[in-house]
Amino acid sequence: MGLIVAIVIVCAIVAIAYVGVAVAGLSALFGIILPYLALAVFIVGVVYRIANWAKSPVPFNIVTTCGQEKSLDFIKTNPIDNPTTRAGMVVRMILEVTVFRSLFRNSKVELTADGDLRYQWEKWLWIFALLFHWGMFFTLLRHFRFFMADVPGWVGAIEAVDGVFMVDLHPIYLTGIFMLLGLVGLLGRRLYLGKVRYISLLNDYFPLCLLLGIVITGMNMRYLTHVDINNVRELMISLITFHPAIPAGGISPVFIMHLALVCTLLIYFPMSKLMHAFGVFMSPTRNMVNDSRKKRYVNPWNPVVEFHYYEDYEDEFREKMVKVGLPVDKTIEEAAAEKAAKEAQLKAELGM
Amino acid sequence: MAKLPKPAELLDINYNPPKTPWMDTPAEFREGMYCHAGKPESAEIVSLPNAREWRVPDEDWKLPDDWQKIILQGLHDRLHRFRSLKIFMDCCVRCGACADKCHFFLGSGDPKNMPVLRAELLRSVYRKEYTLAGKLMGKMVGARELNEQVLKEWFYYFFQCSECRRCSVFCPYGIDTAEITMLTRELLNLVGLNIDWVITPVANCFSKGNHLGIQPHGIVDSYDMMLDDVEDITGVRLDLTYNRKGAEILYVPPSGDIFATPGNYTLMGQLMLFHELGLDYTVSTFNSEGGNFGLFTSNEMMKRLNQKIYAEAKRLGVKWIIGGECGHMWRVIHQYMDTMNGPADFLEVPKSPITGTVFENAKTTKMVHVTEFTADIIRHNKIKLDPSRNAGIIATYHDSCNPARAMGLLDEPRYILDHCVEWYEMPEDTIREKTFCCGSGSGLNAEEDMELRMRGGFPRANAVKYVNQKHGVNMLSCVCAIDRAALPPLMRYWVPGVEVCGVHELLGNALVMKGEKPNREENLRFEPLQNQDMEEA
Repeated sequence: MGLIVAIVIVCAIVAIAYVGVAVAGLSALFGIILPYLALAVFIVGVVYRIANWAKSPVPFNIVTTCGQEKSLDFIKTNPIDNPTTRAGMVVRMILEVTVFRSLFRNSKVELTADGDLRYQWEKWLWIFALLFHWGMFFTLLRHFRFFMADVPGWVGAIEAVDGVFMVDLHPIYLTGIFMLLGLVGLLGRRLYLGKVRYISLLNDYFPLCLLLGIVITGMNMRYLTHVDINNVRELMISLITFHPAIPAGGISPVFIMHLALVCTLLIYFPMSKLMHAFGVFMSPTRNMVNDSRKKRYVNPWNPVVEFHYYEDYEDEFREKMVKVGLPVDKTIEEAAAEKAAKEAQLKAELGM
Repeated sequence: MAKLPKPAELLDINYNPPKTPWMDTPAEFREGMYCHAGKPESAEIVSLPNAREWRVPDEDWKLPDDWQKIILQGLHDRLHRFRSLKIFMDCCVRCGACADKCHFFLGSGDPKNMPVLRAELLRSVYRKEYTLAGKLMGKMVGARELNEQVLKEWFYYFFQCSECRRCSVFCPYGIDTAEITMLTRELLNLVGLNIDWVITPVANCFSKGNHLGIQPHGIVDSYDMMLDDVEDITGVRLDLTYNRKGAEILYVPPSGDIFATPGNYTLMGQLMLFHELGLDYTVSTFNSEGGNFGLFTSNEMMKRLNQKIYAEAKRLGVKWIIGGECGHMWRVIHQYMDTMNGPADFLEVPKSPITGTVFENAKTTKMVHVTEFTADIIRHNKIKLDPSRNAGIIATYHDSCNPARAMGLLDEPRYILDHCVEWYEMPEDTIREKTFCCGSGSGLNAEEDMELRMRGGFPRANAVKYVNQKHGVNMLSCVCAIDRAALPPLMRYWVPGVEVCGVHELLGNALVMKGEKPNREENLRFEPLQNQDMEEA
C-alpha cells in the first residue's frame, strides 16, 4: 500500500513538472523558484532539526560498548568499539559512517527443525547500503561539472575512473549503476523480507521511490533522451551565482523532471528519516567515550529527589541492630533521650 | 498461574509476521507472558503516583481521568531532557537489522518484540504529536492516537523488554531500545502502571537498603550462616565486620548473593578471598545491596536508591569501594552513579593494598568491580589457586548484558576462569557484546511470567546446549545476581544437568587458604571434590 502511494506521488511530481514546462511553459517556476525554495527549505530545515536535537541535553553517558573496556594493563582493550579516548570514538564514528561497521555485524538467525538457533552472516543489507550511499556520494561529486564555470580537475579525475567502462565510446558511470543497484536492492529486501515488509511505512517507500526516480530520470538524460547539456549548465550556474535566468535556448522538460524530484528530496529531507545522515553523529550510544568511571560526567538537570538516610534506618532498627551486636551511631539511651528532649521542646513550643 | 508449556510446544515459533498490520492487532494479554501489577503499599512508600489496587487482566486499570494529558506532558518533558529520545525517535530508517537480534523475538516470534517495532509503539504516538505528516496522514505514515489500547500495549511490550541493549549493537545509528524502554516505563509510572516485581523491591530497597527487604539482623544471620559453611568446608573462620567505621574498603554485593542459592556460594568465595588477602574491608547492613531496580522505574528512582552507596561510604569513612558480581547494578555504577550522586571527592582513587595497582579506570567513581580486583590479584600471584579442586566441573561463561554492553567488562572474569577451572566459550554470536540476556532482566524474573522468561532465555539456553553437547559443559558461570536467580530454572527447562554459578564461587573452590584443613573434601556446595576421588581411585 505504502509502495503504491509512493510510486503515485513520485509519478505525479514527474508529470506535473513535465506538463508544467512542456505545456504550460512554467520554466521559471520549475527552473528557478522551486530550486531556490527547495534549497532554502533544506538548509533551514536541517539547521532547525539539528539545533532542536542539540537543545536537549545528554544527561547521562550511555555509550554502547562493543568490546573490552580499558581496566587492567594486562588485559587487551578494544580502543575503537569501546573507546576510552576521544580519538577512539572519532575512529569508531568514521568507521560507522564510511563502512557501516554496525551493519557489517548483521546476522541472520534460523531455527532448525531440531529446535536449534543457527547464526549466519547477513551481508545484503550492508552491501546494498554501501552501494547506494557511496554511489550517491560520487555521483553527487560528478555533478559539480554542472555547478561550476570552470570544471575542477578532481571532477574530471572522478569521471575518468568512474567512466572507465565504455559502450560505443560513451562512458558508463559505475557509481550511477551502483546507486541504482543499491536502491533496487534496498527496496527489494523491504518487499521480499516479511519482517521488514511488516514494519515498512510510506515514510520508507517514498524516499526510496523518490531516489529511484532521480536516478532513472538522470540516467535517462545521459543514456537515452539526451538534453542540451549546455543549457542545463547555464541554468545551474546562473542559480549558483545568484543571477538566475532561464537560458536563451530554453530548458528541456526532460531535465525538469529530474530537477523537480531533486527539489522534492531537498524539501522532504529535513522532515523525514533521511535526517539519520546527521543524527548518527549525535547518537549518544555512538558518539560518547566510555570513561564514565574515570571522568565525572555532569547532568545539567540533575533532579533533586528525596532520599532515605542511614539515620532514619538506624532509628527504625536500632534495637534490633544492638541485639545482634551491630555498631550504632547513637545508643538506645542516647536516641531515647534525644527523642524525649525533642518531645519536651515541642510541648514547650505548643505551650502545653 | 498459567501452566508452562513443554519445551517442544514452546519451540513452535514462526518468525514470519502475520497478515494483519501491527496497528490493527491489539495486544493480547496472555497469561504467563506478563507480571502482576504493582501493589499500592509499595508504590506509596516511594510516593509513586496513582497508587491503587489493580489487576493486569482487568478491563479497567483505574487510570487517572487525565491520564492522556499526563503521558503526553511526560513525553514532552522527556524529549526536552533526553537528546537520546529525540534522536531515537527521529533517526530510525526501519532497515530491520535489529529485528532478529532480540531474545524475546527469537523466543516468541511476536513481531512486536522486534526492537524496531517495540520502538514504533512509542514512535507512532510521537509522530502523531510532533510531526506534520503524522498529524495529517495518520496510519499511512505510522502515526496513531494515544488511547487506552495503545497504553495497554505499551505496558505489555515494554515489560517484555529486558533493557539488554543487544539491538543497539547492531543498529547503524546505535538506537538503544533499553533507553526507549526506560523512558516509556517512566511514562507508564506517571499514571501508576508498573509491575510488582519491580516496585516492591524498589520500596524495600529504599527503606531497608535491599530489594528483599531484609532487616539488619537478618543480614547478619545470612552472613553468619555463610561463615559457618565456609568454616565447615575449609576449617577457616573468616573475619567479617559490619558497618565498621575506618575500614579501608566498603564491599557492596548484590543482595541476591546474600540471601539466595547459588549466589551465596559466590559471596562465600569473595569473603574467602578477602580474608585470605587480609583485606581491611567492611560490609554495610544498610547499604546491603548494590542492585538498583530504580533503573527499571525511572532515572529519579535510580538516583534515590543509588544514593546510599556514597552516603554509607562517607559515613563509614572508607577510602574506596568494591562492587560485587551484579549486572544491572554495574550499569548504574558505571554509567550513572557519579553523575547522579557524585562527586565522591571524600574517597580516594582506588589502589589495591595487596598489589599496589591503581585503578585509573575508576578514578572518579572510586568503585572497582570485584573481578577487576581479583584478576589483578591473580596476575600478581598473590593467592594460591588449585584448579584441580574444580575437577568435574566443565564451565562456560555467560556475559551479562550490562557489564558487556554498558561497560565492556569481558575479559576480567575470563582471566579468573582461566586460572580456576576448565571452561569453553559459547558460539561467537552469543558472547561478549553479542551476548544474549537470561530472559529475566529488568525486573522480569517473577514467577507468574515464567513462559516469557523461558522464551526470552531460549537463545542463551540454546547456546549453552551447544557447548553442553560439544564439550560436556555442566556449569554456566556468570557475573550477575539476576542471572544466578534466573538461569537455574532456564537450564532445568532447556538444558537439564547444567548448573549455574558466579565466577567467584569457582575461585573460592580453587582457593588454597592459609590454615585450612589438610584435605579439603568438599566444594562450596558441600559436594565432594572429585580430584580426591580420582587420587584415591
